[in-house]
Amino acid sequence: MDLKGLRIKDMQSGLAEGKFTSVELLEAVYKRIESADGEVGAFLSLAKESALESAKESDARRAKGESAGSLDGIPVAIKDNICMKGVTATCASKMLEDFYPPYDATVVKKLKKAGAVIVGKTNMDEFAMGSSTENSYYKKTKNPWDLSKVPGGSSGGAAASVAAGMVPISFGSDTGGSIRQPAAFCGAVGLKPTYGRVSRYGLIAFGSSLDQIGPIAPTVEEVALAFEVVTGMDRYDATSIHSSLQDDFMDFVKSGASGLRVAIPEEYLGAGLDEEIKESVLSTAETLKKLGATVEYVSLPLEDAALSAYYVVASAEASSNLARFDGVRYGYRTEEFDTTDELMIKSRSEGFGEEVKRRIMIGTYALSSGYYDAYYKKAMQYRKSMEAAFDKIFESYDLVLSPASPVLPFGIGEKTDDPLAMYLADVYTVNINMAGLPALAMPCGISKAGLPIGLQFIGRKLEEATILKAAYGLEQALELPKTALEKEGA
Amino acid sequence: MSYEAVIGLEIHVELDTASKIFCGCPTTFGADPNTNVCPICMGMPGTLPVLNEEVVKLAIKAGVAIDCDIRLTNKTDRKNYFYPDLPKAYQISQFDMPICENGHVKFDVAGVEKTVGITRIHIEEDPGKMIHTDDGVSLVDYNRSGVALIEIVTEPDIRSAEEALAFLKTVKSILQYSGISDCRMEQGSLRCDANISIRDFGQDILNTKVEIKNLNSFKEVGKALQKEYKRQSDLHRFDEAHKIKQETRRWDAAKGRTLTMRTKEDAHDYRFFPEPDLPPIILEKAQVEAAIHTLPELPDAKRVRFHDAYELSSQEVEVLIAEKFIADYFEQVVEYGAAPKKAANWVIVEGLRLLKSVEQEEIPVKPSHLAKLIELVEEDTVSVTAAKEVFEALVKHDEDPIDLIEKMGLRQNSSADALGEIVDSVLSAHPKALDDYHSGRPESVGFLMGQVMKATKGQANPRMAKELLLQRLGACAPEA
Repeated sequence: MDLKGLRIKDMQSGLAEGKFTSVELLEAVYKRIESADGEVGAFLSLAKESALESAKESDARRAKGESAGSLDGIPVAIKDNICMKGVTATCASKMLEDFYPPYDATVVKKLKKAGAVIVGKTNMDEFAMGSSTENSYYKKTKNPWDLSKVPGGSSGGAAASVAAGMVPISFGSDTGGSIRQPAAFCGAVGLKPTYGRVSRYGLIAFGSSLDQIGPIAPTVEEVALAFEVVTGMDRYDATSIHSSLQDDFMDFVKSGASGLRVAIPEEYLGAGLDEEIKESVLSTAETLKKLGATVEYVSLPLEDAALSAYYVVASAEASSNLARFDGVRYGYRTEEFDTTDELMIKSRSEGFGEEVKRRIMIGTYALSSGYYDAYYKKAMQYRKSMEAAFDKIFESYDLVLSPASPVLPFGIGEKTDDPLAMYLADVYTVNINMAGLPALAMPCGISKAGLPIGLQFIGRKLEEATILKAAYGLEQALELPKTALEKEGA
Repeated sequence: MSYEAVIGLEIHVELDTASKIFCGCPTTFGADPNTNVCPICMGMPGTLPVLNEEVVKLAIKAGVAIDCDIRLTNKTDRKNYFYPDLPKAYQISQFDMPICENGHVKFDVAGVEKTVGITRIHIEEDPGKMIHTDDGVSLVDYNRSGVALIEIVTEPDIRSAEEALAFLKTVKSILQYSGISDCRMEQGSLRCDANISIRDFGQDILNTKVEIKNLNSFKEVGKALQKEYKRQSDLHRFDEAHKIKQETRRWDAAKGRTLTMRTKEDAHDYRFFPEPDLPPIILEKAQVEAAIHTLPELPDAKRVRFHDAYELSSQEVEVLIAEKFIADYFEQVVEYGAAPKKAANWVIVEGLRLLKSVEQEEIPVKPSHLAKLIELVEEDTVSVTAAKEVFEALVKHDEDPIDLIEKMGLRQNSSADALGEIVDSVLSAHPKALDDYHSGRPESVGFLMGQVMKATKGQANPRMAKELLLQRLGACAPEA
């Protein structure tokens, strides 16, 4: 069977009509991974045994006329920083090469409960730190649209697995743009939900106050479906929010962009933005107007401080979150040591990669006595003002529209020597995590070189439905290829 | 020349909760190593803490009992440091917004009332425990990791080791009374660090302080403070005060001295920052009021009431209220009808003696049984000496004391006829003693009494036996 162009609803109907079984669908997925992943490098590990078990169970349910839920029998992938019992969770780090989590993340539990078949775990920047997936200890993932380009990051494996037509849904995590930027680079749709809307329990923490798990898929509808399954209050995550989706969620999402009030911050179209991306975003604005939305330009200063504040907060939290990897209980342990201090120092020095160490250093410095007020405290104050600035815009508008990334997918190795240039790739996305807002990246055009161009919709807290509604309407109007398999000349 | 000690204490108290502070693991003491653990208290990657509401309740209760202001908005923070017993490499604690502040504790030192200010009480998690084996291997037991603690920090208001001990005893009894902690130092559920500096009397400055750790009992707290006070005094006396460094010293109980553990230079920078995994703790005034209402009578109030209601001596009251379970036991005995004075005497002498032998925090005889026993002594059914034997037997035999008395054959013989016969037979068996008495040696009455008791196997009512004996001796006195 051919997975090309096969959407989840096609899979659902195919399964329901007996055209194929979950096991056959899974076999097709593994076949596709086998043939394409040698080049793309999206996966770090495959969970063949447990996936086959899940697929068989799904078929058995179907034979009895039962269903576990909306994803029954549907293959999905998860990023390698999400814990699943019995499968390694390496975070693409040498530090966790042999780490088998003793429990399932809440997201994994919810997916299993909905009947999803988890096929494997995708590559990422080590501990989700990076924007190109080049910081993986294990391998580099390539952009399925152009194998000489990066897929973005840190959920580069997740975005590539979708763009290469391997799986219809891949779950990533987003701390400063790690779902949206790779989705944009790979021509996929990626949703970063409102902070607290999806449980973080079982997501190996990077920046605890910023991290969110979210889906990447070829289409808005598939993203909405995946989001519906994993969202919800979790008693194992004290920061998760008590709020359920509206009953007519999917109908609402499909109800068109008409009447929506969209704001474009002028500052987000300024210096540093690739011309092709700018043009594409502006022309998309016109399309939105044709769909009945109002689009207006507003001022939302994009201060240099935004990126700095984000890197202070994220790195500070990371320096603390990653301190537990000390070689004592699990993970990498240095070969030789005489004292406990030496055990910890050597294990950490040898187990972590350069970018991770850089962030730990930044974060440790920012939290140090005497520097806390100047860095961490100030960054948190900036965070509050950022939230207020967005709140102000949302008094008059339903959505904010911006580019997802200032640059097109860049070449592998192009920015690895310049961490600051790499950090700039996050300029449009980090503020959204700082403010805890939901945002979605989706393709809005194809560059002259044939690379995907992505935009970002930002919404009010808990208003993912409104974002998805605008995105769905736009997607229908734009009719862009949904994966690299569907691109022109593919 | 002598100096004034300036002492502040930091007390870690294990809260009496069934489960740990951030997960559902049990807190039972003495379980096999690493059995009371789960991914959360092991700090496994991806796990998150969820605050146990009971911890907040008990912390509020502690604050109310120690006269603190309760901060209705408080928060948790991370205290970052590397140590194998700390699985997340940070301890979730409270830094700049503790749940309780500005309290005070009043107590009595040698008849003088003393007040010590409480700077703060905050909640935090306990780390695990390192075990260093003889062959140089270090093991870690994470059973204790995540057990809920409060840390009570005092103002530097304490002026001597004696005051420190009196303060600790008071705090301990307040916490026990309130059901906040069992405060068993030997199980580590109450731990204490002390800060001490010295100054000339009359001065109002704070000199360089030294922190002393590893104080495993109240006795050691006292000893260590005295020793450190002496060390600092000697340095001052010989103009070497500059040698007192801000440092942490470890108390070596075996050697009886403090040793440098770490100096200010290698003090940790804990890099405190707000715990992002837990929302701020927002309390309702009603929660504080509920704590006030559920707070049991504290030692201060009990002291006054025991004086007034039971007319006991100060000494008796102090012994009874030192531990809540003793005070409760005493009151139960009284409730079952025993006279307070007698009950107090029995509890203090016999009850506490039993307590020592069983090494547990419960007098192992039912209060109803003791009340009954006291009644039987009053009724002359059993002698005091025999009753003590019965009291001890009640530990193993949970029966009505009267049945036990019968079984043990300790019923006191109070029948005048029967006793009279025995007295008569003793007198006829010991004519020499009778002669002695009449020749002006009254001490032979003692000998004869002994014979009566012997003949009755100790069951004779001694008062009645003596009366009968003297009566008989008088009756058979030779004509003058």
